[in-house]
Amino acid sequence: MRSAWRRWKNRAFLLVMALCLLLCLAPLASLLLTLVKNGASALSVAFVTRRWAPVGESGGIAHALLGSLCLLGVASLLAVPLGLAKGLFLSQRGDTRLAKVTRILLDVMTGIPAIIVGVFVYTIVVRPGGFSIGTGFSMIAGGLALSLIMLPIFARTTEEALRSIPRTVDEAGLALGLPRRRVALRIILRASFPAVLTGLFLALARVGGEAAPLLFTAFGSNDWPQSPTEPVASLPQLLFDYARQPFEELVRQAWGAALVLVALILSIRLTTNAYVRWRFGKMTQV
Amino acid sequence: MTMTTEPPRTMFRPPTPGAARDAGGPDAPARIVVESLRAGFGTHEVLGLQSLRMPSRAITAIMGPSGCGKSTFIRCLNRLHEETPGAWVRGVVRLDGTNLYDWSVDPVEVRRKVGMVFQRPNPFPTFSIYDNVAAGLRLNGLRKRSLLDERVEKSLRRAALWDEVKDRLDKPGTSLSGGQQQRLCIARTLAVEPEIVLLDEPTSALDPIATERIEELLMHLKQDYTLVLVTHNIQQAARVADRTMFLLLGELVEEGPTSELFTTPKDPRTESFISGRFG
Repeated sequence: MRSAWRRWKNRAFLLVMALCLLLCLAPLASLLLTLVKNGASALSVAFVTRRWAPVGESGGIAHALLGSLCLLGVASLLAVPLGLAKGLFLSQRGDTRLAKVTRILLDVMTGIPAIIVGVFVYTIVVRPGGFSIGTGFSMIAGGLALSLIMLPIFARTTEEALRSIPRTVDEAGLALGLPRRRVALRIILRASFPAVLTGLFLALARVGGEAAPLLFTAFGSNDWPQSPTEPVASLPQLLFDYARQPFEELVRQAWGAALVLVALILSIRLTTNAYVRWRFGKMTQV
Repeated sequence: MTMTTEPPRTMFRPPTPGAARDAGGPDAPARIVVESLRAGFGTHEVLGLQSLRMPSRAITAIMGPSGCGKSTFIRCLNRLHEETPGAWVRGVVRLDGTNLYDWSVDPVEVRRKVGMVFQRPNPFPTFSIYDNVAAGLRLNGLRKRSLLDERVEKSLRRAALWDEVKDRLDKPGTSLSGGQQQRLCIARTLAVEPEIVLLDEPTSALDPIATERIEELLMHLKQDYTLVLVTHNIQQAARVADRTMFLLLGELVEEGPTSELFTTPKDPRTESFISGRFG
């Protein structure tokens, strides 16, 4: 019977695909398990509410957690307006020569290693003297480095999000007697807002775990974030520092910090999702 | 929400005293006069028309086979054609005497006067039913909630959709059925109070029942608006239009009152088109 053969073929392929899925999920599961196994013992209320303390005095990582949030905030503040503007430009005037060049440059920018971005910001912003602004190590410099990594990702996802809105919607807006800029900003942007937000999250998740660009810019600190012009601690950098220490206490804290970092990024994602569902969920069904 | 009930549209309409209000219909005075019009994309010319008139408060149907330039033609009437990359237009199209293509005319102003309904229902995604209808007003600066409520209800009533959606104005516009979505788009167009409404094959994506509802609606709307309807459906033109023009390969073959065009066509090509020999 042909149909029996087809059924078997179907089952075989299902099995293969299930195995592939397992193969993909296994590293993720093992990673999360290792993190929880090693990091859970470090977790406590004190761990996430107190700042650094000398070894043996039960310090925490709250200063780095707060520092990371500040850095991400500064980075978003810089990357979001620019990224939105670029995304709008690329989606509206996508076939002009300037747009094509911009797109290539953004793609090149995506490929630049994070450490190079850090060195670049160090050279032109942080470093005293030379052709530099000379701000010194600071939250602003760190945020700038992160925003340079975020920008191409966010701009391109925004472009894709805006492009996914059919041209007919654009025309419907124009046909109502609205100027093009208002159609773009108030209709197209709003219609694609959930996707734009997802793009922002992707960019944040990408830079939230970066330590390299911060080494030369935010520098790190054992104190609470003080001001935008002072050095600031961050979770990835704290992890990087502590994991190399000879003290078992600090290595344990590094594992804890890793767990907190993953939880932070996951919670940003979940909050974004919840917000989109609350604000647009009932609006996005087709 | 304030309830301003419109009189039924079939009610006797008292004549306006003083100024002679024209009766509409196929022989009414022209509101849109095309003196000459050529349009196309890049090096390709898709349209070349001369001396056409469209009467006020009547339905003018434009029919013809696919690709004959019908859509391009009405998109020239609200200056939407030129928004397509590579598109160009030359000519003189007068609306109440003013040339739409005069350098001093702002296309945005033209589109505020000349509304348009598209082939496929295209409600704004993530906009509620209410927001869809209110969009044109809000984005033009109308903020007052009571005024918006009033205009939204009025427009939805005119589009014969109010009774179906009045309890779920906050639901997404895309949650409606295809026919309802198209009436929503008509309501959205009417909300900004245009004087002329262009309809680009508004029923081609709809089933026969939804199509019938839209056609009934058009018959009501023509009492107040000048309607220009593009259709590739010969029967539709025969059913609803006061005047019909037949386009072929970007040129006008014949134009006249619908009854004449369908009973005594002057051009043999018109005759073979309406008798279904091609198209």
